[in-house]
Parts: sequence; structure tokens; C-alpha cells
Amino acid sequence: MRTGPGQPGARGGDRLNESGAQAGTARNDDVVIEIRHVSKRFGDFVAVDDADFGILRGEFFSMLGPSGCGKTTTLRMIAGFEQPTEGEVRLDGNDVSRVPPYRRNVNTVFQRYELFPHMTVYDNVAFGPRSTKVPKPEIAERVRSMLEVVRLADLAHRKPAQLSGGQQQRVALARALVNYPSALLLDEPLGALDLKLRQTMQIELKRIQREVGITFVFVTHDQEEALTMSDRIAVMNEGRVEQIGTPEEIYHRPASVFVAGFIGVANLIPAVVASADGATAGVDAAGRRFPVPITDPAVRTGDAAVVMVRPERLHLSTTVPATDGAAVEVAVADLTFQGPVVRTALRTDDGTDLVAHVGPEDELPMLRPGDRLWASWEPDAACLLRAAPRNFPDE
Amino acid sequence: MSASVERDAQGRRRARWTPWLLLAPGFLWLFWFFYLPLSALLRMSLSTKPSRFAVPEFSWAWSNYEQAFSDYGSQFTRSFTYALAATSIALLIAYPVAYVIAFRGGRYRNVLLGLVVVPFFTNFLIRTLAWKTILGDQGAVVSLLRTVGLLDANEALLRTPIAVIGGLTYNFLPFMVLPIYVSLEKIDPKLLDAARDLYSNTWRGFRKVVLPLSLPGVFAGSLLVFIPAAGDFVNAYYLGNAKTTMIGNVVQDQFLVQNNYPVAAALSFVFIAIVMVIVAVYSRLLGTEDLT
Repeated sequence: MRTGPGQPGARGGDRLNESGAQAGTARNDDVVIEIRHVSKRFGDFVAVDDADFGILRGEFFSMLGPSGCGKTTTLRMIAGFEQPTEGEVRLDGNDVSRVPPYRRNVNTVFQRYELFPHMTVYDNVAFGPRSTKVPKPEIAERVRSMLEVVRLADLAHRKPAQLSGGQQQRVALARALVNYPSALLLDEPLGALDLKLRQTMQIELKRIQREVGITFVFVTHDQEEALTMSDRIAVMNEGRVEQIGTPEEIYHRPASVFVAGFIGVANLIPAVVASADGATAGVDAAGRRFPVPITDPAVRTGDAAVVMVRPERLHLSTTVPATDGAAVEVAVADLTFQGPVVRTALRTDDGTDLVAHVGPEDELPMLRPGDRLWASWEPDAACLLRAAPRNFPDE
Repeated sequence: MSASVERDAQGRRRARWTPWLLLAPGFLWLFWFFYLPLSALLRMSLSTKPSRFAVPEFSWAWSNYEQAFSDYGSQFTRSFTYALAATSIALLIAYPVAYVIAFRGGRYRNVLLGLVVVPFFTNFLIRTLAWKTILGDQGAVVSLLRTVGLLDANEALLRTPIAVIGGLTYNFLPFMVLPIYVSLEKIDPKLLDAARDLYSNTWRGFRKVVLPLSLPGVFAGSLLVFIPAAGDFVNAYYLGNAKTTMIGNVVQDQFLVQNNYPVAAALSFVFIAIVMVIVAVYSRLLGTEDLT
């Protein structure tokens, strides 16, 4: 299975996960980082279980998952702080699995920045180029222009302790980017910032990434952050990569119950496949039979499945709706005002809980718990997922 | 309205006095146990004592200082040379020890630190006398060195500068280990990850990150070893010979044997002055006020 480092790498394209839109067209040199069947075990604990994907040059790639899902371990293996137990990490086409971090052309922005406290901002940023013996005038030039990019040129002579959290974050970014790495690795870098600053830094990070054009590999547990910033997202759970895709794919076409539940809010309705013909399946759920598009070709009649519908795709009406999709009778259980929408908790007659986001355009009368309504959705709003016993955190 | 203003003024008055009240015990302590004895000593150092049994009389006798320099210059030089040697050796031993405990100690950290302090449970004098036995001419160390040919049959370890410097190093080593450990322990190990991530191997990471951040500990440890080592007389007395006499031995002799208080006091002041100059130069060199 494993290919030697010298072997011509014509397989770069197929290293990408199938769901990556670019998979078919990517040439090998478009792939900066390849994770080839990588597993990492600490004693009996499997931190990463057969991860296998590629990261494209210039993309903003996120690894998203709950804590302990293996995303940080994967990042540390790319950085070189951990070595894979199995498989290999390839950087710019070379196997670097056993190469120490200081000989890998990737740089990390650490969770708590880890700026050198005894050095000025300037010396912190110049640390990398000085290690690699870049000529002095060039160092000065590079540091100056990178401080410009992160908008800290005025604070070059401050010590880290004299900077705010957001400014320290920028120094950490400049310190990594000044080396022109093949990829920048960011380990939950926004976790320590308050909400307002985090949103500012999200925009800043995207701007800086566009400006320098370097591949960003971003680790986060915040699904909103990943959706906002990423070109592609790898959703991880319990050491496994559950799905890789664009934010739209992950949100609208989750590959598993875990992904559906972890990203945004999802109605997950237990169902049984009654018929499966090519593109559409008929499923029995919530006491009804309705059509759902098939994304997983392995679906067979009689399978236990889960139908996923996003709350904003659920329409409520007081009369029987006309739809090709599904329509079920529900009772209102609870109403929560959330600003733009009212989160409406519903219960079907067979006891399935649903959530709908109701906005002013829904033209409903004033709802009260106990009211009876019809909930409906278009066929393409639903998604058929294999029933998995895997746990996922409550929304 | 006016009542609250009054109370505010009263509060401000009280607030102005609070720091002085808090400082008072310290000031009193310094006055009684530092300023008074030191000024008495200064007065003594400028007094004359014509005979062994006469009462010293203040007389601006600067000749005491002349005598301190002219008669005991070699002891001063020797004291600071030995102290410098002991401090350097202690640093070379203590730094790796502290480093291993801080970064590799894991859950044995406190046990290992305990081991560093354990010798202190034995009396200082007893520890020094033990070295007399260990380094003695019939001892295991000497016979081993003679067997491997590092020491001639007529050479010894005891009563040599090596023994004195060794004793000083041994006795003050924990004072070097502990401050260095404290400063190393404060360093976030992730800073080493950051250095490695920025193309520095372990050695460069050590030089550029760990060493500079541990300098306050090195500074404190060096002073804690150097100053008492320079003033020590026990090690030179028990492990040395007549040619390894240090300034501590001279002061002890002048005070307690010769009863020549004025010269002993002058010696003490010269010692204090030299130490202060050395500390000032050293702190400037290490630039400790510039750190962190």
C-alpha cells in the first residue's frame, strides 16, 4: 500500500477525499500536505485512526471536531511534534514523517501564541529567519513588511507582555508567516480571545491569508468559525475523519449523523428505507412515507436510516401543505425567541422531536405550546444518512 | 454631602500613612540589626587599640585600612579567586541538574528537589569534616587517583586549594540549584516547541530561549554561592593549609584570637565594598533589570 518516496506521484489527485470538489482536477503539485493512512496511538488510546486526505496549495483548510477528536494531534504530526504510528505525512511531495520540526517548512501559530517573552516583537518575528541564516538586510526587510501585513509596524520594539491578546496573536502570525512556509498551521488560535475580537480576527485571518497566499491549516472546535473561514473542512470525531468538503457540502450534505449533529442545528429523524431506486429513496419516518434523495449508493431497502432536515428548511403551516416532499402533523412544544428567528420545538404524534426556525416570512398566527400545525419540507431539503450508533454532543 | 467629603479627606489621610505603617517593622529591624551594628563596626574600623587589652578609641585611624590592604591583599585575592572558582563549578554542576529536574523530572520533581536539599539536614561543620575523611591521605579517593596515576605517591588532596574549592562548591551547591530550578520551571515548555517550529534545533533553542529566560536564576544562584563562599572560613580551615588562608580566616583570627577589633572591622568593610562592586558589575553584565 505504501509508496516509496522516489515513486512518481501521479496519484496526488486521488489522495484527496472524494467529496473535495477539486479532487478530479488536482495535480500532484497542487497538494501541499498529504496525510496518507496516518494513525497515531498513545499506548492503548487511538488519537488518530487512519486519516487519509490531502491539503491543496493556497487553500484555507480547517480541521473541525470536539475536543479529543484528534485534530490537534494531526496538526502536531504535520508540524513534526508527533510522529505517526502508522502511515506517512508528506510535505511538498516528500515523506517528512520522521523529519524533526526544525527541518520542516511549516510554521505553527500556537493556541497561547508562545511568544518569546524576553524578546521584542521585532526579535520574535526575526527568530525564524535568523535560525535559517537569512542575510541581515533581508531579515530586516522581511520582518518590516510582515509587521506591516499584520498592522503592527509601530509596536516592533515592544515586549509581548506590553501587548493585548489580539496584538500578541498578530505577532504570532507574523513570526510564522515571515518564513514563507509551505503551510501555516493554526492550533485554535482564536480560542483565547473574546467574542468581538475573535470575529475581527476571523476577518483579519482571511485577509492575511489572501494577501500572502499561503496554505492555512486551521484547527478549531467552533463549527461557526470553520464554516465562516474555510475553503474546505475536515470534520473529525474520535480520531476518524468523518467528512471532508466545502462548508456548503458539510452543512447541506453531511456524510454522517455525527457531522449533521455537530455542524449547526439538525433534525435527525429515525427512519426505515422502504424503497430505494437510483436517486431517490422512499422512507418511513414519523408515521409517514416520503421521498429523500440518495447520496450514499450503499443504501438498501430495509436499512435503518436517519433523515436530516435543517430547521430553517422546515415549513410550518396551519393547513395541509401541498408538497412533493414530506408533511407531518405536529404539536408545538416550546417557543424560544432568538432574534431573527423563533426556535420552535415540535413533537409529532409518534413522539419524534423536531425543531423549526420560524421567521416573519412564514406568516403564521401567534403560536402557543399545544397548537397543532403541519410541518413540511421539500424533497431536496432532506438528506438520508446511515443510522450510526455513534454519539454526538447535544446542540 | 460635607460629611462624606470629610470622611474622604480622613480616608485619604489614613491612606497616606498606611504604607509607612506597613514599612515600620522592616525599618525598625533594619535600624536595630543593620544600621546600628554597621555604624558601630565603621566606628571601630577607624579606632586604635594600642594593646591587646586596651579599650579601642575612635581616632580616624585610616591606617587600619592601609594595613588591611597591605598585609592581607593576597588573602583577599585568594578569597575571591576561590569563590569565583567554586561559583563557576557549582554553576556547571547545578545548571544541568536543575534543567533535568525542571524539564524531565515529571512526577519525581519534588523528590529530586528534596534530594538536593537533604545534605542541609546535616550540620555544615559535620559535612565539611566528612570531606576531610573522604579526601584524607588514606581515603578511597586519594588511593584511587594514585592507582590510576593522576596523583603521585607524595601528593595529597587534603590541605590543597582543590580541597578548599571543592568544599566550598559542595557546601553552597544547593543555593545554586534552587534559584536556577525556579527560573527554569517557570519557562513554558511550549516555548521550546515554538523555537523548534522556527527552525531551531535543541541547542539553538536552548541558547536563544531557555538560557536567557533562566538568567535571573543564574544571577541569584551565583550571588548566593559567591558571597558566602568568599567570606567563608570553615572550608579553608579544615580542608586547606597555611597557604590557602582566606579573608574569613583572617577576620576570624583578628577578631577572636588577636582581639584586634579595629583591623578586623576594617577588613570586613573592605570585603563588603569589594563584594558590592563585584555585584554591581555582574548585574550590569547580565542585565537582569532588562529581563522579562
